[in-house]
Amino acid sequence: MDAILEFVQLIFTDYTLRTVTLGAMILGLVSGLLGSFAVLRKQSLLGDAMSHAALPGVVIAFILTGSKAPLVLMLGALAAGWLGALLVQLVTEQTRIKQDSALGIVLAVFFGFGLVLLTWVQRQGSANQSGLDTFLFGRAAALVMSDVWAMAGVGGAGLLLVLLFWKEFKLLSFDPDFAATLGFPVGLLNVALTTLIVVAVVIGLQTVGVVLMSAMIVAPAAAARQWTDRLDRMVLLAALFGALAGISGALISSLSRGLPTGPTVVLCVSTLVGFSLLFAPNRGLVGAWLRQRHNRRQLRRAAVLETLYQLAISHGDAAEVASAHAHQLGALLAAMPGVDVRRTLDVLESEGLARPSTGDRWALTPAGADQARQSLARFTRHSPDELPIRPIALTSAGEVIK
Amino acid sequence: MTPQAEIQLIASIVAVACALPGVFLILRRVALMSDAISHSILLGIAVGFLFTGSTSHPLLVALATASGILTVSLVEGLINTRRVKEDAAIGLVFPVLFSIGVILISRYAGDVHLDVDAVLLGELAFAPFNRMAFFGLNLPQGVWVMGGILLLNLLLIGLFYKELKLATFDAGLAAALGFSPVLLHYGLMTVVSVTAVGAFDHVGSILVVALMIAPPASAYLLTNSLPRMLGLSALYGVAAAIGGYWLARTLDANIAGAMATMTGVFFLLTLLFAPEQGLIARALQRQRRRQRFAVEMLLVHLSRHENEPEAGTENSLAHLVEELKWQPDFAQSTVRSAQEEVFVERQNGLLLLTEEGRQVASRVLQR
Repeated sequence: MDAILEFVQLIFTDYTLRTVTLGAMILGLVSGLLGSFAVLRKQSLLGDAMSHAALPGVVIAFILTGSKAPLVLMLGALAAGWLGALLVQLVTEQTRIKQDSALGIVLAVFFGFGLVLLTWVQRQGSANQSGLDTFLFGRAAALVMSDVWAMAGVGGAGLLLVLLFWKEFKLLSFDPDFAATLGFPVGLLNVALTTLIVVAVVIGLQTVGVVLMSAMIVAPAAAARQWTDRLDRMVLLAALFGALAGISGALISSLSRGLPTGPTVVLCVSTLVGFSLLFAPNRGLVGAWLRQRHNRRQLRRAAVLETLYQLAISHGDAAEVASAHAHQLGALLAAMPGVDVRRTLDVLESEGLARPSTGDRWALTPAGADQARQSLARFTRHSPDELPIRPIALTSAGEVIK
Repeated sequence: MTPQAEIQLIASIVAVACALPGVFLILRRVALMSDAISHSILLGIAVGFLFTGSTSHPLLVALATASGILTVSLVEGLINTRRVKEDAAIGLVFPVLFSIGVILISRYAGDVHLDVDAVLLGELAFAPFNRMAFFGLNLPQGVWVMGGILLLNLLLIGLFYKELKLATFDAGLAAALGFSPVLLHYGLMTVVSVTAVGAFDHVGSILVVALMIAPPASAYLLTNSLPRMLGLSALYGVAAAIGGYWLARTLDANIAGAMATMTGVFFLLTLLFAPEQGLIARALQRQRRRQRFAVEMLLVHLSRHENEPEAGTENSLAHLVEELKWQPDFAQSTVRSAQEEVFVERQNGLLLLTEEGRQVASRVLQR
């Protein structure tokens, strides 16, 4: 608690921490929001490819202008990322090379070319170039307020675009063919959505770097997806998760030396993903597992009840007196291979539906016979009273004939 | 051997060792697993460094390979929950492992000579300094290590060629015949991990991806046969390695980056000029097909009006522009190519079918 209070206090007093926290928050917000569309369109790795592809753009922008102003470098990154995205689209549409290969080629080749340019600039000995390599791994601590303003500006433009074209983007994310038949310019909208992903990437390069940017695109959206089936809620949640991860990552990394901000933010957002995968109400794995276990128990309970009932009838008991006859546990086990009969009988006994008799024999109580009849009726569409039941055939030794 | 030649030798060996498993990666549409694996081996390297304090201990290689395989199984596990799609699963897993690696390094090894840059980018220029002698041959360590990995890859691909081929092109049949697709998948991914671990020293983990994907993708544009694709990928890899070396020398820049750039240049050239799959060839094919269709249209049009009284007006060039809604240029070139094939003659400004043209028209109409 103290650490958090101290953090809150520091945010107002410490320039670096405030800048870093703001930067990480804006990054998380924008990338979560824009990344939602990438994840829904199964283009999660586009962010990965675009962030690597942005490197030569950054260096070329520097070579051309000699400036390291964040907006200049961002524009360079935007241009290169955009070119990369168009190349991926061209290659996948025009040749038999699949999207994964096209993404991989653009990612690695652009990055390699950027590296060539970067080492070339560095060896030219210009003193001004130092700090360009922060784009590789991100150096959140080096953020200054003007960077944050640039991030906010570029991100704000992206958000505005999403608001303006909300309906179109929504349609494109879920049913692009339908969008095309309605006459929407699908190709153009595709390019616009890709551009937005590039925008998100460009914002993050300085903070978390090329490599980790892909997580910022995918993770908030993947986490948000688990909580809702509605696009508007998912987008808002993803933005919230992203911002939360940004703030908490900045907090945690400020607490200790040797915890770089970028990786810490990524671990925070990945923790959110893990939590959402496990505990989200409908899609959560824990919930699903509990539901499955419950269903399996219910099925087993019904099966044991019905088998007891059928055994009683096959022994010539009238349905009314089915409860009177007790059966060898062995016969039950033989009739239901693979079912944990013993534990289910204990449950049934505690519910007052079955009762143990002498010598490891079990019988239904009247209430149990009633329920067995009801549940059998559900499968046979007869009323419980006129139930025709195919009795289980038994040999004289009491073994079930299959 | 001069250091120059040795660098080129190592680069070529790395390129071929990467290209061979890369062929199966792109055919099986899991190219980006190489990206994920090559990033997350950083974790294994970091952990290994913390245990041994050395960057060249064999334990590092084992741990790095293990973290590559861990990546694959985490991705598969995530996909199997059916809560995220395959691409998102890849994008979620490797940044986590990579981040843990970066944090470990910067927390416990920040001041030592283990550098994240070095893992990601690699430096081939120093490779000749680190030497090892085997069988009386004193060669750079990289030649031995990568040579061994290359031989291993060749051996495995040779031994399991049939299984790999079957599982790649018809996974269902392979499974029905009793080859475990899971086992083959993990086997291939292990090979990719080992290769990436061996190569990261020299070319860095990101550029491993370029060497694994771009040469096979270029070869894929040139051939339909798997053995030829393997051979061509290796050639592309060697060409990129040697071309990259000289590019880097000319610019005084990072060798691995230049190699990746060259794989891209070769890919781009292939994309443009490949005889059947290339963009230019396909554009020409499309144009030829359009021209062919237009000529047939023209012949059919002429034959329908041939014996009618208004043939005189129907068969003029100006009328084609009007009735078939052709651009004047296009009509001209169509008529010209029909004339060249002697399907049509021009008399007094009218177009008349030749006997051959009439036959083509009736054949088209019967189609």
